[in-house]
Amino acid sequence: MAVKPLRRTPRKPGRLVAEMITVVIAGFVAFPLYWMVLSALKPPGEIQSAGPKPWTLTPSLDSFTRVLSMNGFGRFFLNSLLIAVVVVLLSLVLSFLSAVALTRFRFRGRTVLLVMILVAQMVPVEALTIPLFFLMRSIGGTVPALGLNELGSIMLVDLVFSLPLAIWLLRGFVAAVPIELEEAAKLDGASRLRFAWQILLPLVAPGLVSVSVLSFIHAWNDFLFAKTFIISKTENQTLPQAILVFFKPEDTDWGAVMAASTLMTIPALVLFVLVQRKLVSGLGGAVKG
Amino acid sequence: MAIQERPVTIPAPRITPKPRRIRRDTVAAWLYLAPAGILLAAVLVYPIYQIVLISFYDYGQAQATGAAPLEFIGFGNYRELLADSQFWIVLANTFGFGAVCVVGGLVVGTALAVLATRVRAVPRMLLFLAALGAWATPAMAGSYVWLFLFDADFGVVNEALSGLGFRSMDGHSWTFGTLSAFGLVAAEVIWCSFPFVMVTMYAGIKAIPEEVLEAAALDGASAWRAARSVILPMLRPLLLIATIQSIIWDFKVFTQIYVMTNGGGVAGRNLVLNVYAYQKAFAGQEYGLGSAIGVLMTLLLLSITGLYVRSQRRSTPWQ
Repeated sequence: MAVKPLRRTPRKPGRLVAEMITVVIAGFVAFPLYWMVLSALKPPGEIQSAGPKPWTLTPSLDSFTRVLSMNGFGRFFLNSLLIAVVVVLLSLVLSFLSAVALTRFRFRGRTVLLVMILVAQMVPVEALTIPLFFLMRSIGGTVPALGLNELGSIMLVDLVFSLPLAIWLLRGFVAAVPIELEEAAKLDGASRLRFAWQILLPLVAPGLVSVSVLSFIHAWNDFLFAKTFIISKTENQTLPQAILVFFKPEDTDWGAVMAASTLMTIPALVLFVLVQRKLVSGLGGAVKG
Repeated sequence: MAIQERPVTIPAPRITPKPRRIRRDTVAAWLYLAPAGILLAAVLVYPIYQIVLISFYDYGQAQATGAAPLEFIGFGNYRELLADSQFWIVLANTFGFGAVCVVGGLVVGTALAVLATRVRAVPRMLLFLAALGAWATPAMAGSYVWLFLFDADFGVVNEALSGLGFRSMDGHSWTFGTLSAFGLVAAEVIWCSFPFVMVTMYAGIKAIPEEVLEAAALDGASAWRAARSVILPMLRPLLLIATIQSIIWDFKVFTQIYVMTNGGGVAGRNLVLNVYAYQKAFAGQEYGLGSAIGVLMTLLLLSITGLYVRSQRRSTPWQ
């Protein structure tokens, strides 16, 4: 009796082992996140005691209240969100325009530009902190919303540093749209701009999703430039800087750090889960293109 | 609507003189490219020029505030760096740490991608969801969670090891030793970077036509032979992209090192070039020296990626 199904699908035992391994690995990969949320929900006494339990019987919002009652936490959260949203919107517009120009127009210097964009991705932008610090310092006061201590400077830097990859990604998508489609649109009397707006844009939607996610994560994660630019105007700090406050090497409030980390992870996680299908196909498409 | 009503005109592409079309294309292209181009020039190209310039000056706090005149010292900063034993340690750290993260992320990501193709939908979905979670976790949050997992007193890892009989792990500090601190950061970096590799490689494996593999099997190729001679060559372009991205990301990790080793470790033993340049410039206020480190780091990263791309292009008809 037991032999019958075994013979019908001879690879099943091997696959079952593989599936068990997969589930165990998934558990290990997810564990840090589980532990973060769990620790954030533990009552204050429990988290700092020796012998941590893998569950908690009495979930408490104490740590979250402590974080949220911190002076300005909401403000820092909104700062980060504002920066990320502006960066995403602008990088969508700019990378789409550039991708269209680089794939649909024939002009001299196109290849040079493509190579430059590729190289730009490899420049360790973190190394440019020093000149950018001086740049922001010198334009502060003269250019509105830019300069040291202004959110605009973080937006500008995050935007520009996510652009090369965004353009490169989208270029693959735009190139994949058959040229015949554009010729047909032209025959129908559609202008180039109209073609780009009405036909091309919907077709490259998966690429736009990938660009949005990557730009969002880039801006949402930025710690270095926020740390460098926002020196004295503390109300313009961002989330990654704010979390540092709870972390003291000798006496860390782990409950608060985990709660703040959880709050910081939620927007990114929600975005990823919402677009996961498109993201996976988007990256695949870009890589193929 | 209006589009359809318009009479269809037969196109006469040959009548339009080619140079005019190209000229019109050029103007339009530069218009489209202008917004991104101007920003990239101002925030990327100009700072690159600036950092090279600053690296040739003795540029300290006095010069930054204008209290002292700038002094051109040529390669002085570079000479000082190369003569400093700490620089060489940091350079070796950067190489070792970056290489471990790149290789680790690629191996884990590719192995799990292969595993994902071998299992049914439910386990695969669990794996992808977990990986998506790790991928989405912000660097700052990820750093803190891993620190907490490995915390000397309240960490679950020490607790578990101690429970398994390794009593000496009670109160063991993972962040004190240079190697274990780097290892811990590397584990976090691999954790949040392997999903990209996994997703990319999974898509690549899935895109290989079934017939190709069947043909290989009919020709008597073993699974190993098929993997080496059929699957790997087809995945090579993807592997190239995944490796380049990993090199670019992992060699300039900042947040994780800065947060997890508290600014570069005990007595700066966990510095990589990135954090080193930052500390020199903004904590030590030696902007000239910091810029020289930045320039060297840029050259290093460009040459690593360049060499890798070249080696790959030689062995495959890429593009």
